[in-house]
Amino acid sequence: MSVLVYTESEGGKFKKAAFEVASYAKEVANMLGTTVTAVSINGGDSSELATYGVDKVLEVKDDKLSGFTAKAYADVLKQAAEKEGAKVVVVSSSADSKFLAPLLAVGLNAGYASNVVALPESASPFKVKRTAFTNKAFNITEISTDVKIVGLSNNAFGLKESSAAASAEAFSPSLSDADFGVSVTSVDKAADKVSIADAEVVVSGGRGLKGPENWGLIEDLADVLGAATACSKPVSDMGWRPHSEHVGQTGKPVASNLYIAIGVSGAIQHLAGINASKVKVVINNDPEAPFFKAADYGIVGDAFEVVPKLIEKLKEFKSNNA
Amino acid sequence: MKILVCISHVPDTTSKINFTDGDTKFDTNGVQFVINPNDEFGLTRAMWFKEKQGASVDVVNVGGAETEPTLRKALAIGADNAIRVNAEATDGFYVAKQLAKVAQDGGYDLVIAGRESIDYNGGMVPGMVAGLIGANFVNTCIGLEIEGDTATAIREIDGGKETSTTKLPLVVGGQKGLVEESDLRIPNMRGIMMARKKPLNVVEPVEASGETKAVQFEKPAPKGDVKLVSPDNVQELIDLLHNEAKAI
Repeated sequence: MSVLVYTESEGGKFKKAAFEVASYAKEVANMLGTTVTAVSINGGDSSELATYGVDKVLEVKDDKLSGFTAKAYADVLKQAAEKEGAKVVVVSSSADSKFLAPLLAVGLNAGYASNVVALPESASPFKVKRTAFTNKAFNITEISTDVKIVGLSNNAFGLKESSAAASAEAFSPSLSDADFGVSVTSVDKAADKVSIADAEVVVSGGRGLKGPENWGLIEDLADVLGAATACSKPVSDMGWRPHSEHVGQTGKPVASNLYIAIGVSGAIQHLAGINASKVKVVINNDPEAPFFKAADYGIVGDAFEVVPKLIEKLKEFKSNNA
Repeated sequence: MKILVCISHVPDTTSKINFTDGDTKFDTNGVQFVINPNDEFGLTRAMWFKEKQGASVDVVNVGGAETEPTLRKALAIGADNAIRVNAEATDGFYVAKQLAKVAQDGGYDLVIAGRESIDYNGGMVPGMVAGLIGANFVNTCIGLEIEGDTATAIREIDGGKETSTTKLPLVVGGQKGLVEESDLRIPNMRGIMMARKKPLNVVEPVEASGETKAVQFEKPAPKGDVKLVSPDNVQELIDLLHNEAKAI
């Protein structure tokens, strides 16, 4: 009855989120007095998972699964959970995991709690804390089914090392044509850019930047920090930046370690979407901007003067701390 | 083509969030309820299919009588019929089981539900409906075209997008991008008048269990004051982020 964890990979390497969900699964397994089994689909070097407490890795190698297919991946996880007799399944909050989790929940007749931010408050009854009302509140959710699925919020738990042996075992689930009812024809993804979901640091620009021609400022700052770029809703509505960068209540949620907002006033919907970020910095020339009430650190000043100075100082900092 | 759009009745995005009964219930006092924004993008796309491809569009909600104005608004925007499953929407799985029944009974080709509601943010209803009725499923859908029984869907992925083809019946988890913000429709007087005459059928729920329960709510701890740094001393900000916040 081990804890099952889906450790995602990309291009044959585990994603950082894989190590985070493994770290979390290990602690849950400790609470329940059991072990951790990871499922790796065409994944990375399984011994890397041992560092985060994984005892056993079910390695699925199948060319049919070379691209993500939610239904097929959910089917793999369902069969793995049944084989292991898993009572708790842990997944991340990546777009792919959020896509497959509800299908898996139906397959296992399991209650599913998404956006979970902490270890279970109790194992019996099984209660977890999650965000609700788009980060304006939390709720404690009790999952009453025999099998439970926990979707861990990005960067909510962090990485925790604890050595285990991680024995690898080949796993060949049986997949049907119905698992491949949706076929991907093209993927459009900037290979050299950090995505908002994966980023530890996000740099975001608002209307205060005055126009799309000034976005070099945001990109330069993001480059120094290895950050993803984002924008406020008006900026995406005006077409200055693509929708995929819009963060907020109706855009993407952000749960980064550091969020830097430049020329963003801080409408309630924007703040809701970024509230799960740990440290928030605002640079705005209007001291009355609502963002200053939500931020940890702030600079009241002209972004066009402050940001170039910040980039220069950060470059010095990075070269001194490299 | 028969389309079913699932409508969640949620607090307006500007609502202050409070709780009552020892923080076990959402405080609806003074709260304005609206169509869940992610559902409204889907509804508006459905209107496009209605006008350009002759689709019929029904809307459905799982909730008490207090949610009917939200369904009437969807009718005023242009949906043909509304269905209210007369039950409290206690948990995403429970809601999905009710919607799956409606979807199956109505023989819909396309079911659109928002990728998540902005109140509980469960993000599970569309996928569960697809799983329960055995339909194909595309989540976080930002583009959808249908020709005959073939759909081409664009999905937002982390850091990009992905295009796929699939067959109807299809369930889609919708969001902004299905249509643009500027495409959203404000009901006009004629639409509102017509909506009063359109059918709103109340059906009783099927026997189903809820699998999760929100037992307690809490609000985030109040935040300390912002630490202001002089624009002439950005080095101080870097020092604070490094030494105090440990964020860089």
